[in-house]
Amino acid sequence: MSSFKAAYHTLLAHWHMLTGYKLFWPVFMIAGLAFCVAVDTYGFMDLYLQLILIYVGINIILTVSLNLINGYMGEFSVGHAGFMAVGAYVASLLTVHSFPAGAQNMLFPLAILAGGLGAAFVGFLVAIPSFKTRGDYLAIVTLAFCMIVKSVLENIDAVGGPRGLLGMEKLTSLPWVFFWTALSVWVIRNLVYSNFRRGVLSIREDEIASDLMSVNTRQVKIIAFVVSSFFAGIAGGLFAHALQFINPRMFDILKSTDILIMVYLGGIASISGSIIGAVIYTILLEILRPLGVWRMVFMPLTLVLLMIYRPRGIMGMKEARLFTPLRDITTEKLWRQKKKEAPDASA
Amino acid sequence: MPLLEISKLTHRFAGLCAVSDFNFVIEPHELVGVIGPNGAGKTTVFNLITGVYRASVGSIKLKDQELVGKTPHQITSLGIARTFQNIRLFKELSVLDNVRIAHYGQIAYTPAEALLHIGRFRAEEKRITNRALDLLAIFKLDESANEKAKNLSYGLQRRLEIARALATEPALLLLDEPAAGMNPNEIIQLMEFIRWIRQTFSVTIILIEHQMRLVMGICERLVVLDFGATIAQGLPSEIQKNPKVMEAYLGVEVAS
Repeated sequence: MSSFKAAYHTLLAHWHMLTGYKLFWPVFMIAGLAFCVAVDTYGFMDLYLQLILIYVGINIILTVSLNLINGYMGEFSVGHAGFMAVGAYVASLLTVHSFPAGAQNMLFPLAILAGGLGAAFVGFLVAIPSFKTRGDYLAIVTLAFCMIVKSVLENIDAVGGPRGLLGMEKLTSLPWVFFWTALSVWVIRNLVYSNFRRGVLSIREDEIASDLMSVNTRQVKIIAFVVSSFFAGIAGGLFAHALQFINPRMFDILKSTDILIMVYLGGIASISGSIIGAVIYTILLEILRPLGVWRMVFMPLTLVLLMIYRPRGIMGMKEARLFTPLRDITTEKLWRQKKKEAPDASA
Repeated sequence: MPLLEISKLTHRFAGLCAVSDFNFVIEPHELVGVIGPNGAGKTTVFNLITGVYRASVGSIKLKDQELVGKTPHQITSLGIARTFQNIRLFKELSVLDNVRIAHYGQIAYTPAEALLHIGRFRAEEKRITNRALDLLAIFKLDESANEKAKNLSYGLQRRLEIARALATEPALLLLDEPAAGMNPNEIIQLMEFIRWIRQTFSVTIILIEHQMRLVMGICERLVVLDFGATIAQGLPSEIQKNPKVMEAYLGVEVAS
């Protein structure tokens, strides 16, 4: 047992050394992208494995963005599948009906972006009731929103009604998923390590006190909802073009529940937690596929155990050093140093 | 020119008149106490000034600027900060973050700059972190800057709450029962502390308090509320002898 512990600590030390390098992120990004492009062009990876990796990426985007509202801000939104649906439908309609057949690959990022913007606009509308309602009540509002999106889509024949929409080319490739995942993690991480973070966290702790400490709570809530739903829309667009078929039932409350599980499994208010949660959940579901129906017993059981032994998730309220900017710590160190030197200077 | 001018302020909660026809003027650098029995409407007055409640009737003016109708964060940015009767710190956040949140309104970068960590972002973050740490050092809290606020002792939590309020750079500081839960020794220390805050940060202070020792010791002027009505205003020595105040606190003597 002790040798195991020692091995773990050496491994951890190496890991810290590796991630401590300034060039870690740039190198990781270029290497990751190069790998994805290589897989995409030379196809040395099983297509099934590729699809799983694509789902991992999409789920990371969904989890990180939902964590902004449910984790950092402490609200309980169950409408994430609704935003995803808006993104999926907007992007798919563009690629199926509007874009010329020859230029699909070129225009694909625009379609995804449009899906994100559409979802962001809807997110802005949902932000308004969040000014007045909190907790359970906001959960009901977002639940209603999710149902509205589903039934509206089911009743518009132009988008296929309940039969759904098909005809998308398989445009979601591994490099694109890598790009969008990296972008969403980077943007949300930046947002979370700024003034905005203190805004959302203070809203979770005590909304009235935070308003009285000069935090513009309305603005913070709008930003949180818009950014979160923007990335849900992006994920939706990617999802639609990976599966090449969407219908309204895919984006019902169960899909939201899936995302919620990933958030609470990985840990609230943590970016590294969201990534861990999304990766574990997606891969575990695939590994357990041979179990058949029992898979649906195993997963909830893990959740129950998790809630008992680690109610805030694996990385709840913690962050891997990899994602925290060193600036905060550095500023404090410099300040302490200055304070220590100050008496010498005056003497 | 008065710093704060409240005239004919009235507020009702579904028929119950919590504050009625409250008139009050405070000059810069004054220290005024608001006292009264439980339920007299003292905290309601604070909530009306800071915009938590919207006044039904009347006006509140800070340096000739109307505050009624403004949101709490706007009022805080204009220069009014407060503490709470029951401590309302951001418990799960670090002591440093508690103070940095109070700098929220002073940050000069836009959400877009925060999103991409560009432009003024770095300089501004450094500036407010340094200022928050300086403030914590003044309050002798810098050693526990990285601790969660809930792990501080009760006295330190009270101190942190005042530090947090001062971080918003107020001209007027509202203290809601700062001595709640303190023993006589601590109250004497608190009196010194409040005087020192007024000197160091040159703020005007309004104080709600039940501890007569504290109120009589440091306030220059008192306002007495009872059932939402102002029953007396004046110097502490006058208030002590005022028959109406004694009636409110001790009741009327029944002729036997």
